[in-house]
Amino acid sequence: MNYLWAFVVGGALCVAGQLLIDYTSLSPARILTGYVVAGVVLSAAGVYKPLADFAGAGASVPLLGFGHLLAQGVRQAVDACGLPGIFTGGLTAASGGIAASLLFALGAALVSKSRDQN
Amino acid sequence: MKLDPKRYEGMVRRASPPSPVGKDCLWAFLAGGGICLLGEGLRQLFLRWYDPSMAGTLASIALIFLSAVCTALGWYQKLAARAGAGTLVPITGFANSVVSPAIEFKAEGWVTGVGARIFGIAGPVLAYGTAASAVWGALYWLLGKVG
Repeated sequence: MNYLWAFVVGGALCVAGQLLIDYTSLSPARILTGYVVAGVVLSAAGVYKPLADFAGAGASVPLLGFGHLLAQGVRQAVDACGLPGIFTGGLTAASGGIAASLLFALGAALVSKSRDQN
Repeated sequence: MKLDPKRYEGMVRRASPPSPVGKDCLWAFLAGGGICLLGEGLRQLFLRWYDPSMAGTLASIALIFLSAVCTALGWYQKLAARAGAGTLVPITGFANSVVSPAIEFKAEGWVTGVGARIFGIAGPVLAYGTAASAVWGALYWLLGKVG
């Protein structure tokens, strides 16, 4: 069941993005930014954690989950050390994904020839 | 022939290619769902050795690695041309937006080319994501003080 809901919820969140592409003129950069900010808002509203518990990677792999990670990290850091947590919590929680993206990007640039990606 | 705005709009609609929204959405659903399914498989694998939070992070890192490999080989772009948001919205799309310019701008140098362009899309995502989370953190702190 885990796998089915991961597929369905993840797919549905992508369809929402596809509708944004087809019916608005939002660029990919704006959609990614919007998804992360929306993830923070949904997590703050208490909506995203139940979805993440239910759908697993279906909720954590789409970029909304990245926003959820930021929001959860800030909340835990504020619980642990008060107001300074708003500076340290978010990026600490998201550091794995950010560092991995940067490191693998540098690695890919190292082994690939410079070329137009489109 | 006289053209009022309404008639002109109708002509434009007839002349433009049909937007295959249904087909786009099906592709986005299957590709995006498939990537999340793969992520869930990886997460279950890592759950054998790690706690849920670390297992989720490791599943993301593994997907990012696969996305970087597919981007370097030129496969991710081919899939993205069809799958649209199905390859954009998952974390693999974020990774693609970091890896792709890193390769493309290598010719402009390692610092001002690769190093700067790597943040072309990741920069705004991190800036506004961090800002939103800080606003939420401040609110949460205030709520704790009041409540």
